[in-house]
Parts: sequence; structure tokens; C-alpha cells
Amino acid sequence: MMELQPVHATGPQETFVLNLGPQHPATHGVLRIKLTMDGEFIKDAVIVAGYVHREHEKMGENRTWAQFLPNTSRIDYLSAMMYTHAYVGAVERACGIQPPSRAEYIRVITSELNRISSHLVWWGAYLLDLGGMTPLLYAFDDREKILDLLEALTGARLTYCYYRFGGVLEDVDDNFIAGTRAFVKEFRPRLRMFRRLVSENIIFRKRVENIGIIDAEMCRKYGATGPMIRGAGVPYDVRRAEPYSVYPELDFEVATDPAADSMGRYKVRMEEMEQSLRIIEQALDRLPDGPVMAKVPRVIKVPAGEYCYATEAARGRFEVRIVSTGKLIPHRIRLRTPCFGNLSLFEEAARGMMLADGIAMMGSLDLVIPDIDR
Amino acid sequence: MTTVEPIRLLLFLVGAASFVGLNAAYLVWVERKSAGRFQRRAGPTEVGYAGLLQPIADAIKLMSKQLIVPPGADRFLFRMAPVMMMPPAIMAFAILPFSEHLVAIDFNVGLIALFAFSSFNVIAVMLAGWSSRNKYGIISAARVVSQNVAYEIPMMLVIITMLLVSGTLSLTGIVEQQAGAFWNWNLFNLAANPLMPVTFIIFFICMLSETNRAPFDMAEAESELVAGAYTEYAGMGFGVFFMAEYANIIIGCALAVILFFGGWHSPIGVFPGVIWFLLKLYLLIFIVIWVRWTFPRTQFYGLLNLSWKILIPVTLFTFLLSSVMIKIF
Amino acid sequence: MNNIFKDVAGGFISLMIGMGITLKEFFRKPVTVHYPRESLKMTPRYRSHIIFTPDEDGASKCIACNMCVNACPSQCIYVEGEKKEGARKKSVTKYELNFTTCSLCGACVEVCPTDAIDFSKRYNLASPDKERFRRMDLCKDLEERNRKK
Repeated sequence: MMELQPVHATGPQETFVLNLGPQHPATHGVLRIKLTMDGEFIKDAVIVAGYVHREHEKMGENRTWAQFLPNTSRIDYLSAMMYTHAYVGAVERACGIQPPSRAEYIRVITSELNRISSHLVWWGAYLLDLGGMTPLLYAFDDREKILDLLEALTGARLTYCYYRFGGVLEDVDDNFIAGTRAFVKEFRPRLRMFRRLVSENIIFRKRVENIGIIDAEMCRKYGATGPMIRGAGVPYDVRRAEPYSVYPELDFEVATDPAADSMGRYKVRMEEMEQSLRIIEQALDRLPDGPVMAKVPRVIKVPAGEYCYATEAARGRFEVRIVSTGKLIPHRIRLRTPCFGNLSLFEEAARGMMLADGIAMMGSLDLVIPDIDR
Repeated sequence: MTTVEPIRLLLFLVGAASFVGLNAAYLVWVERKSAGRFQRRAGPTEVGYAGLLQPIADAIKLMSKQLIVPPGADRFLFRMAPVMMMPPAIMAFAILPFSEHLVAIDFNVGLIALFAFSSFNVIAVMLAGWSSRNKYGIISAARVVSQNVAYEIPMMLVIITMLLVSGTLSLTGIVEQQAGAFWNWNLFNLAANPLMPVTFIIFFICMLSETNRAPFDMAEAESELVAGAYTEYAGMGFGVFFMAEYANIIIGCALAVILFFGGWHSPIGVFPGVIWFLLKLYLLIFIVIWVRWTFPRTQFYGLLNLSWKILIPVTLFTFLLSSVMIKIF
Repeated sequence: MNNIFKDVAGGFISLMIGMGITLKEFFRKPVTVHYPRESLKMTPRYRSHIIFTPDEDGASKCIACNMCVNACPSQCIYVEGEKKEGARKKSVTKYELNFTTCSLCGACVEVCPTDAIDFSKRYNLASPDKERFRRMDLCKDLEERNRKK
């Protein structure tokens, strides 16, 4: 790809400020980016976040341990399962509760289903950013099947609130297992179809290849995780780096791509969907019998101290750090959300890009705005 | 000129205007319905049978809306832009031969006149973007001009190639030469130009770009520029742009039918010519819609690269090739 | 030069493949449900707002123990009860749910010692009157359902 230069690289510089957002079709939420533009080139970008700030962390300091559970699925509403898992995991680690292994397997299955549905939303929305309308509807068709499965299991389609301290709310039934197996079977050809429709499409490739290079160094600098850093060739996955739940027992690969461009991140997410299918299949095969809840005291009291637990959410590392003083309510709940780190590098990465490329790059960050503002 | 002539022309004017209006309205329905089917939705279903009254409901809604001129905008140009968009599109229909006899003016330089009319819309879109005092609109205005400048050239080269093959500028004349079975159509006229299908594809790409249709809809790229030049337009101001967009698609596809698909000539010899013309026309329009609902948008410089680095050299080559072929045979 | 030809040809083929896929989808049946003409059935575990589950006599099983009130993360439940003459336990006189702040987490259902409340399957919830949701009276709702029977 050749170097793109503004036409009047020397002459007088005239710039203007373009407010991308808070209401803009490409920001997928109330995010505002103040762009200083030189014609179509982005000279500078300033992120103005906080339009949907809801003080989840402060809310945690005002309610009992169990009462914070519904909050966890509302931070990143697209990967609610993994977020609840991190919080539940932190409290379990603090109290020394060991959830039964059936519950752990159910958690893995539902988390991975959730990851696929989250990536499907991203896939569709990303193509929408690039101007392709149809893939969104195809993605939602498949996502609907996942949501139906999870709705039958948990009673909700998005804010599941399904995990509990010491297990899960209700056991899976045969319908769920059969439905999940059927979904895995029919989703593989769909993924192949997606690949032929979009990934190999020349227009799509021209728009994402070599666009928005975010290398490992920049990821480290800004704390970008998940598909961002894996798309830069670093095999960092919390499921492998800090194994939790039953992931060590399952055989899957950490998808990486050395390209570090938008295409690299795209490929990583597509590969992750395949790996998630593999994980689901294995977990279904190994699903042990037994209870889904451990013996847990009615009122949870976390012994004083600091505890943390991280999960690999769809967008990267989500970490919950809880500080307890031994009371009924937490002293502090700190949420480390992946999107904040992923977004903050936009300012540096977007400099010198064209507007359309900047948006192609922003789409590949897979932002969920409430997750940034929490 | 006989006394019948003015009446005939008036009738044609009314006919062309209503053809454009009806088609623009119902092509929106076709577009929405087929977009639905491509995306496995039902599309409009509620208003009338299969949503057939939807375009009328849409028109009433657009017409009943207030026409807002944003503060600070150039009022005169802002109002002028949609007006400038529509008449050239309708005028172009006067030249299009729908069948042997169904043509308002059989111009002997019809092809040139058609191009003169159809490049008007660039100015209208540019003015719309420029006058609305909106940053997205201005970016869109700049895009639409450079995009159209880039695509006029390969388009013209294709037209010159076709002129070499047919030897006339009259649209009726071009069609008449393709009479007979379908292997007489210019598309299959491989003796004159072995790369004829390639020429057609280039023409089709240029046509998509000229009419600002996806995947070349840079000017109204909704995920980048909100709605580009049309961002500030409300009500019928927007509606006119919308209608003109479809009118331009019809003109582009009609030109493709005339140049490459033998106009009103039937491949098998049944039905009157006008039916065959419309059939070919709507088939091409369906392909335009199909393309829109399949591909993502191209990047702006990618579009210019495609034009300058691939389309222009290839059209120059086909131009050269067909001149050599015609000289030899 | 060779690369350019390969690029153009390969790119063109990829576009054709894409168009083939969308055409195939074009002739398949739509997957959407034509709401409100038809609607889907809610699953048994579907969580809508809470309602009373009546006992055999159609009365509420609620003993006004306030467990749900304490469990609720958003303080959206208000319960009053009284001990009737001769009864062993308290019985509910007023049970109000502020549905505008309820997050449908189900903590109240889980914690209820007598299984007096359960999720309803109502999902077509809309009203021009906000008060209707701010004070959802579960006792009244139960009475109405009993009357309809």
C-alpha cells in the first residue's frame, strides 16, 4: 500500500473540527470523538467518553454481594456471561467456594455461546460500518438461535444473570443440550458462508488490509487486550494465561494473527468463533452429572482482604477486583473493562488516517460504549 | 413541423414525467422488497397488498413534512439543488427510444445529449452539499466531484468504443444495427471487439459510480458522513433527490440496454418491442439492486485507484483493439 | 503486471461468489416472524415482572416476611402485611412492585420462602401512563385473575 499524503503537504494548513458523535451511525452508541480534520485526513482525535456513565463501581459499594449480580450483565451487555463469571469467580475465590464441576462446564458452554453471539454482533455491525447491510441480518439470524437457547435456559436474552456464587441458577435440560449440538452443527457451514461472502470479498479486503495498524507495542502501551492484542500476533488469552474454570481441561487454540491490521483482528475473531464451537463440543461431551450449586451460606460474607478474578470476555480481559472489610457489603469493587483500553489507543492510531479508514479501524476495535463508560 | 408535433411532444413530456415518477416510487418498493428478500426479511407488507401502497404512503409523508433550511445555509442554492437534480433526468427520457416508434425526439446526436443531461446531477449534489453548511455535506460534495470526474473518463472511452462499432450517434440507429437474433447484440459482437463483455462490465461499474449507487455511494456513505450531501434535507427536498437517483439509474440501465443488449429487439421474436426493452431494463436494475445489497462500500481512494489504474488502461486497450479489428475486417 | 491480472480476476471472482450467495438467500424463505400478526411463545423460564402464585383457594401464599424486599438490588418492592385473627402466619395486604426500576434479576423469586411469587410471561407491556408501572399492585392483579377464572 502506498503512502497517502495530503495534497498540500507544505502550504498553509487549514483544519476544521468534526464532531463524530455523540449521535453518529458509526460510533454504535453515545461516544463522541472530536476530530481535527485536514480535508479528509484525521489530524488529531480526542475521545470524549462518559455519556452513559452509570457508576457501576459506586453502586457496588452500596449493596450486598449478591445484589451486585444484576449489574455485571449490564456493563458489557453483549458478553454478560463472562462478566458475571468474573464477579462470581472473585467472590468464590474470596470465600473459598468450589462450584461443582457440572456448573463449571455449564458456565463454559454458556460463556462460549455468549462469545459467539457477541462476535456475531460485531461482525454484522462492522460490515454495517463498511457499508454492507446484508451481513448484519445474516449474523442476527444465527445470533437469534443462540439467544433462543440462552433464553430457554436462563429466562433472559441479554442480561442473563445466570451464574450464582457457587454454581448456576438452574440446571441445563436435554432440550438445551440437543439445541446447542444442533446449533454447532449448522453454524459451521454458516461460518464458511460468511467467509466466502465477506472475508474473501475484494472490496472488503481492500478496505481492511493494511488499514489501522496497531502493533503489539501500542497494545501494551494502552492496555489493549483480547482480539486486539491477538490480532497483533501476541497469543495473550486469559483462558490460557491465567486459566480459570475448566478451560485447562479443554483443548483449543489461541487464535492469533501477525498482521496487526484490521484484517488481522477480523481474522482472529472469525477464528475465535470456530474455537468456541470446538470448546462447546468438548464441554458438551464431558458434561458430568451432579449438582449445579455448591453448599453456600444464605448470606454471603466475604472475609476481609483484596481478591481479583479475570476472565476472557469477548472484547478482552475483564477483571474484577474486590476489597472486603468483612461486612455484608463490599468496600470497593473495581472493574477493569477491556473496551476502555481498546478505545484509548484510537487517538494515536487514527492520526493521519482518512476518515473512512478511521471508521474502518474503529469498527475493528469492537467497542461497546457502556463498557467504556460503565 | 406539422401541427401534430407540439401535441405529440407534450404527450411525451407528460408520459416521461409520469414514467419517472411512477418508476422512482415503485423502484423504491422493489428495492425495499428485494433488500428484504436478500436479507431474509419480508420487506414492506403492511400498507396495501404486499406493501404495494407503501411508496404512496411514503410520498404523502415526505410531502407533508416541513421544508427546513438550516440556519447559515445558502438559502437560494439550498433550494435550487433538488430542483436542478430533477429536470435533466426527465429531459433525458425524451431521447431514450423505448421502441421503434416510441421515442420523443430521434436526435442524431442523442448519445451526446444524453451524457450532457446525465452529468448534471453531479453539480446538483455538489451544490446541495456545499450550500447546506454542514461539514459532512462539504466532504460529500468534494467526494462526489472527484468521483465523477474520475468515472466520466472510462465511461466516455467506452462510449467512443461503442461509437466505433456502431458508427452513429443516434440511439435509434445504434439499436437498429443490432436487429435480429441475440447474437447480433453488441454484447456478443466479438468480431468488432473481442473484449466486449469486459467493456460492458466497465460500463456497468462506471454507471454505478455515476449514479452514486453502492458500492460506490461515497457521497452518502451513511456510516461515515451520516447522509452526506443530503444530511440537512427534509421532506420533499430529500424526496426529489431520492427520485432523481432512481431516474438516473433508469437512464443508466436504459443506455446499457441500448448500447449492449439490442434495445427493443427481441431475442425470440414474440411480443412488441417495448416489452422487451422494459424487461431488459428492469433486469439490469435488479442487478443494480442486487449489487447494492451484497457488497460493502469501497474506500474512496480505492475507487479512484480502480478508475485510474485499471479501468482507464483497460478501456484504452479495448478502444485500440476495436479500432484495429474494425480496420482489418 | 501478472499480479495485477491475478488481482483483478481473483477479485472479480470473489465478487461473483458473493453475489451468488445473496441470490441463493433471495429465494429462501424469510426467517422473520410477522409480529404483531403472529408472535412467539415465551419459554417456561422467561422472566417478566413478578406475580403472585395462588394457593388452592386462590389466595396469595405471601407471608409478608420482607425477604424479597431485602434481597432486591433496586429497592423496588414494598410489602405490607398483618396478622389476621386466628391465623398462624402473617398475610399480605399490600404488595407493590415499582416496575420502572426493576431489573428482572429474579433475586426476589429465588429468596421467597413460600414460593409466593413467580415470573409472569407477559411481555407486551406498554402504557401511556407511567403510574401503572410505578405501582404495580400484585394483590389486585391476583384478584383480577381470580375473577376472570
